[in-house]
Amino acid sequence: MQDSSTIEAQAPVTQKRSRSLINKLMNMSDRSMAWLFIGPTVVILLLINIFPLLWTIYLSFTNYRANQPTRDIEWVGLRNYERLLNSEDIWGYLQVTAHFVCWTMILQTIIGFGLALLLNRNFKGSSFFSTVILIPMMLSPAVVGVFWTYLFQPQTGIMTYIINFFGNFGPVDFIGNVDLAPWGIVLVDTWMWSPYVMLICLAGLKSIPPSLYEAAEVDRASTFRKFWSITLPMVLPFLLLAVLFRFIENFKMFDLVNELTSGGPGSITELASINLKREAFEKWRTGYSSAFAIILFVTVFGAGNIFVKVLNRVKNR
Amino acid sequence: MLQHLSRTLATVALTASIGVSAAKASAADQLTLCWAAWDPANALVELSKDFTNKTGIEMKFEFVPWTNFADRFQNELNSQGKLCDLMIGDSQWIGGSATYGHYVKLNDFFQKEGIDINNFLPATVEAYSTWPKGSQNYWALPAMGDALGWVYRKDWFARPELRKAFKAEYGRELTPPKTWDELKDVATFFTGKEIDGKKVYGAAIYTERGSEGITMGATAALYSWGFEYQNPNKPYDMVGYVNSPQAAEGLKFYKELYKCCTPPGHSDAYMVANLDAYKSGQVAMQMNWFAFFPGIAKDPQVGGEKSGFFVNPSENIAASTLGGQGISVVSYSDKKDLALKYIKWFADANVQKKWWSLGGYSCHKAVLEDPNFKNTAPFAGDFLQAMSGVKDFWQEPTYAELLQSMQKRLHDYVVADQGTAEQALDKLVKDWIQVFEDDGKL
Amino acid sequence: MKGLSTSHSVVAPTAWSKRFAALVVVFYAVVALVPIVWIMLTGFKSPADSISYPPKFIPTLSEVEEKPGEYSPYYQMTLEGYVNLFTSRSRQSKEYLDSLPPPETWYDELVRSRQMVITGASNFSQRYGNSLIIGFGSTFMAIFLGTLAAYGFSRFKVPLKDDLLFFILSTRMMPPIAAAIPIFLMFRATGLADTHAGMVLLYTAVNMGLAVWLLHSFIDEIPREYEEAAMIDGYTRLQAFIKVVLPQATTGIAATAMLCLVFAWNEYAFALLLTSGSAQTAPPFIPTIIGEGGLDWPAVGAGTTLFLIPVMVFTILVRKHLLRGITFGALRK
Repeated sequence: MQDSSTIEAQAPVTQKRSRSLINKLMNMSDRSMAWLFIGPTVVILLLINIFPLLWTIYLSFTNYRANQPTRDIEWVGLRNYERLLNSEDIWGYLQVTAHFVCWTMILQTIIGFGLALLLNRNFKGSSFFSTVILIPMMLSPAVVGVFWTYLFQPQTGIMTYIINFFGNFGPVDFIGNVDLAPWGIVLVDTWMWSPYVMLICLAGLKSIPPSLYEAAEVDRASTFRKFWSITLPMVLPFLLLAVLFRFIENFKMFDLVNELTSGGPGSITELASINLKREAFEKWRTGYSSAFAIILFVTVFGAGNIFVKVLNRVKNR
Repeated sequence: MLQHLSRTLATVALTASIGVSAAKASAADQLTLCWAAWDPANALVELSKDFTNKTGIEMKFEFVPWTNFADRFQNELNSQGKLCDLMIGDSQWIGGSATYGHYVKLNDFFQKEGIDINNFLPATVEAYSTWPKGSQNYWALPAMGDALGWVYRKDWFARPELRKAFKAEYGRELTPPKTWDELKDVATFFTGKEIDGKKVYGAAIYTERGSEGITMGATAALYSWGFEYQNPNKPYDMVGYVNSPQAAEGLKFYKELYKCCTPPGHSDAYMVANLDAYKSGQVAMQMNWFAFFPGIAKDPQVGGEKSGFFVNPSENIAASTLGGQGISVVSYSDKKDLALKYIKWFADANVQKKWWSLGGYSCHKAVLEDPNFKNTAPFAGDFLQAMSGVKDFWQEPTYAELLQSMQKRLHDYVVADQGTAEQALDKLVKDWIQVFEDDGKL
Repeated sequence: MKGLSTSHSVVAPTAWSKRFAALVVVFYAVVALVPIVWIMLTGFKSPADSISYPPKFIPTLSEVEEKPGEYSPYYQMTLEGYVNLFTSRSRQSKEYLDSLPPPETWYDELVRSRQMVITGASNFSQRYGNSLIIGFGSTFMAIFLGTLAAYGFSRFKVPLKDDLLFFILSTRMMPPIAAAIPIFLMFRATGLADTHAGMVLLYTAVNMGLAVWLLHSFIDEIPREYEEAAMIDGYTRLQAFIKVVLPQATTGIAATAMLCLVFAWNEYAFALLLTSGSAQTAPPFIPTIIGEGGLDWPAVGAGTTLFLIPVMVFTILVRKHLLRGITFGALRK
């Protein structure tokens, strides 16, 4: 890197200088190249991720309000955390979140894995149909939320029409009815994300060497037995990966549900993130919501750690 | 192929960004006005064409639906953004916007330009312009007077067979209700009736959760029952006022009305949803802001003689929920001079007259105190009556917190069936006390 | 010799089981697509048809005769939704309309027939433009920086490499609303709120996790021998990177770029909280179309269609790399 001759030369012509710069760049050592290549990424992440995170931690111990910028910031110690953990409402939101996360994980596993098993039969056109099935998960969750509210319109929507096709149920309100709303959001999320589980499970199925089945065939193992002792254990790490990722994504779910129900009716579908948005950007209780954010982040981060371990295990197979 | 495509995309991105920066440079004399997306805003666009013709200043508009309105523009103000030069902000924002410097104080400007604030109705000046309340610090010019009123299907009310049936059932004529009890009778009467081959319902009321809907709707009933925000003699003393027995009774009534007489799926409804339910012939009555009434009177389906209007019913007392907004200059704008020019133009009596004729509710005395005003529209008289007895939500700097708590407590009780009316109001008082404690007012 | 046929083998499914699988999968695919097709067709309905019950299923180009009280499954396709999407309108009285000069264009006429006047262009095209600028800008940045970083991680000994990589990935796990709180304050302090630059920077940072991991996996697949051979031929390391590695990685870079673009295109939470107009993208804008009243589902349908079509095209283009994309490079087909 230290190419002192070019510096000493002090060539007055800019062109020459720039050429010497290029030369210097071209001849730089591996070490400096590594820093030059990785540096900017690390700087951006420090700026947009680490620094804000530290700031959030600091704010979570204060009573700061972003809509009152001129007011003094007071250190309140653990009061925000105390209030959060003692609040009945917060536990309610976490229960709503748990219901949503559990049921979407269960349903998406069943549907995704089932579809993967079927697609693995390699029928004519299976690759085309797998692409078609993947489309929902690529769409913008917020826009998906909007058009599902249209499909869910209790009096005029197509969902009401379809359900009334099977019997006279009257208007069906998937987003406004207290009993149905928690299932309405599960339904849409499952529609959107089952393909995700499918795609990963399919990769798992394809990774199973056919010789295993051939050996089982020689032993005259039943279809169920083959599934139980070959297919399932071989696919399990993949499935786990998919489920964990869905856990992380749905635990922090905001966009889809915010557009579908925005937490209503009452607080029946008020997920943690939706409440966090209300606290932070409608009530502007910045300190309090920072504490809430930290609690959520720690949970997701813990899950994320497991996620990366599973990821590496799958990768090393 | 991917390689080729990515190259094309990069080129497109570059050209697009160059194009946009070029477009930005060309727009020098341009003002952006921010308001809610509704009928009056479109009328203001039409009105502002005169301003552009007169001054050559182009007008740009940023309208956001009511359900996102406060959310988005509070965010914009709090982020000290430069999007809006002029803001027609809600009356509740005055406290925060004055205290934290979002709006330009207009006193000096009024004096310099000879704009007499006394030309505007005192009640509207008090509600839309001043902070602290009762002071002479002006942060806005009253732009749009508004209150909550009711619309009913005059043609249905006039049908002889319905009139007869109603009289047989309730022993009185089928007329626009004067009290909430009467209103519920009428709503119950219409619910489930077949009219023109379609099943109809009694009334569309506000039940929206996200922004302010259910609070605005439920307080229309609560005020009539005698609900107070605080002890009139001791500010912020709320126990026994917010959760008074009358208030609980009013809230219970509102829930009953929601359960008995609203159309299916009316669980998250604000202005637009009520309007749609009404225009599509689903309901006999709707609560809505007077702002929509000119549009209803002009509507091809329900306009003209088909619709009538009445003021918010009374119960123990007569009162209406206040709506409406003042127009302010945003202090973060780079074009405050141009924005003040717009306010000066807008304050002119002739402009205010045209404003009313296009469907905006002027607060100017030249319009409202014109002896002929009551005859200019079928709802004009009701409007004056409503405006003489309006009550507004908190206008404190912490209004958003107060409002969000009320939204949650009311919706949990009325729509989601959680707990009782008393419990809902008790919880509300608890929430509010904490807000004021945190704010250092208690 | 019947016993020899491996009719029950999972390795080679029977024709019967294939047929059954195909049937179920096709049924699922159709059901999954119904909502998307339905909203796209709604873009071509009139507002009245969009809220008719029972719903109208069959689009036609010819006029549909309506008998009051009688249901017809047909509806005439119209561009009213698209007109409404791109304009803002004001309802005015008949007298006022009559006082205006006659309509100049077909869309003027269409709007007048609804007893309204066009007051100007809506903000949709500006929002769509913002989506393009911010999407492509942040994708370009993320790919540029991500390729460099991925090469660095792939070829050099970097201290704490695994921790750094995990940390880069973990940025994707932060709940967006939680992250938005300090970023809102930062943007306010620096004047980046509601600017293209701020959003590009933010999306670049968020996409970096995907870009670095994915490109890392792509570059790992390129044999080191190629560069070493080039360097023996007199190339420097950087020259070898530019002239040997980059061309080999183009497919991977293009696929990564599309996945980053899809993320930026679809992102909603940050855009909702950190932009209000000048730099607002389409996802927070589209939901607000419906709020203006008149049950304008056709305009929502039109906006949704225009917004979703690019993503659907991308999905088909990157389908081979999707698996790698959603598992951050851990799995490849």
